[in-house]
Amino acid sequence: MKNKSFRIDVFKRAALCRNFEEEVIYNLKKKIIKMPTYVSAGQEFISSTLSVLCKQKKLKPLLFGQHRCHSIYLSFGGNIKKLIDELLGFKSGCTQGIGGSASIHSKEINMYGHDGLMGSNGPIGVGACFATKKPTIIFLGDASAEEDYVLGALGWASRKKLPILFIIEDNNLSILTEKKVRRNWEMADVAKSFKMNGYTINDDPLNIKKVSKDIFKKPILLNINTNRIYWHAGSGKDSDKTFDRFKYERKKIGKKAFDIDKDIKKQIKRIWQKQLEKL
Amino acid sequence: MAKTVRETIKEITHKHLKQKKSLILGQCLSAIGWVGGTVPQLKEKDGITELSMADVANGGIVVGAGLSNRRPIYVIRYQGFSWFNAPIILNYACKSKEIWKVPCPIFIRGIAMEGFIGPVAGSSHHSIYYRMPGIKIMSPMTPKEYFLSYKNFMKDNDVYYISEHRGSYDNKSELKDYLDKNLEIIIFCISITRFEAKKARDFLLKKGIKVGIANILWIKPFKIKRSWIEALKNSKSGGIILDDDYTTGVASDMAYKLMKYSKKKIDVMGLKDRSAGFSKKTDNLPPQAEEIIKIIFKKVKLKK
Repeated sequence: MKNKSFRIDVFKRAALCRNFEEEVIYNLKKKIIKMPTYVSAGQEFISSTLSVLCKQKKLKPLLFGQHRCHSIYLSFGGNIKKLIDELLGFKSGCTQGIGGSASIHSKEINMYGHDGLMGSNGPIGVGACFATKKPTIIFLGDASAEEDYVLGALGWASRKKLPILFIIEDNNLSILTEKKVRRNWEMADVAKSFKMNGYTINDDPLNIKKVSKDIFKKPILLNINTNRIYWHAGSGKDSDKTFDRFKYERKKIGKKAFDIDKDIKKQIKRIWQKQLEKL
Repeated sequence: MAKTVRETIKEITHKHLKQKKSLILGQCLSAIGWVGGTVPQLKEKDGITELSMADVANGGIVVGAGLSNRRPIYVIRYQGFSWFNAPIILNYACKSKEIWKVPCPIFIRGIAMEGFIGPVAGSSHHSIYYRMPGIKIMSPMTPKEYFLSYKNFMKDNDVYYISEHRGSYDNKSELKDYLDKNLEIIIFCISITRFEAKKARDFLLKKGIKVGIANILWIKPFKIKRSWIEALKNSKSGGIILDDDYTTGVASDMAYKLMKYSKKKIDVMGLKDRSAGFSKKTDNLPPQAEEIIKIIFKKVKLKK
């Protein structure tokens, strides 16, 4: 696939995620969504790119996310209506209204829910990969990657040469505590010390693609620098000056991207409205 | 010839790996002794999975394996290591069926032992697991009980915590309940205390004190037999629970339940409320026959 069409494919998924999250923000502000909600706006190009790469490889990996996982679910084809229902606390939600925003689960797309212990998806994903030998992606934040058991799991995954991809969605923040306050090391270096391939890149889809040639052939860790547009939880903003990959890509692709965005926005709005009628 | 508990575990594990194509995971499985002779000397390709020394991560890795429905066996070589091993098991595997409709059956072998081995490695720690929904806990001390525990696990899809004790590995005998109508007191015993309870009973019988024994195999759910309640109701001095864990967990909860159904007083005996040391003098052992006898004498005397 040529870079341009790849970029557009990724953008379509990112637009789905972004417009979905904008509706979430709207409904949070209106207090229609009442549960703690962790939107992934700003970070959606990571899962969007990986989902396109997996589609190209005709792979349906096991997915282990944690909170801020709406984009993983949507990028990999999770049912939108079920996610809305989940955020509204309905039994028809993808996690029966129990899991909420932070614990999205979908059997259809091989996505496993999260229990709330930060980083527990690291070892759990490693175990699932080991037992099934299926390609597996583990999504961690830069903070949860610091959990000691994540590091233990990384080392063992390397020893067992598992077909696994560790993604660190590095937004530099643990709630509001910056990475430099918490540590003086980088996850890619940790991966290398565990004799895995480790890369630090940004969330440009082409950069992700470039380092993903060998994914699922051996354990790889990608520390992807990205930006969280909204607060850790809820609808507030950290800053209006935060770099927004979505706007950047839309501008870079041009009119086609604006048209895609507009169409998807309409569709998403319609779906939300219909689901909200259940209230 | 009757099999020991050790041989039973080994045979079950062998079949589980060879016939069910499952996994056994743990630390130092293939080290000298193969976990007290309970693990068959097979290879990695047969499912013997050596984990690193990262206990917390290992608990999570096993949960991942459990999600694949291969029904892994997980060996925790000292029950006290559960303080590190249990968090992800309890918070994910035990809740997975309820929250995500994905069962995560794991057969956890928590191994207890005693003998001057300090504050973590000694005794049973099943109370750590007890409070979490979605887990079943059994403490088999005989070959038949061990087989029954495994059989239950295989027809179920919950997490099973098997509270083992190395002191039972050589045992070939089945342990029976001794219940009668006119008992002085009934001992409800868990894990290794069951052997001491029998010694205490035999001694007290010779002294003319009729003591009953109720063997607790199912810790969670705590399966109370009707015969236990009947015997309790007819007893003169109620009952006493013996545990190889601290008394503030499983034992006290069981006592409450038994009291509720029988309206008789139930006491608890377990580890003393202090840390165990590494010498005979500083150790913290489960109730020994002499202590049990002493307590029962005291209770009987008070009653009279």
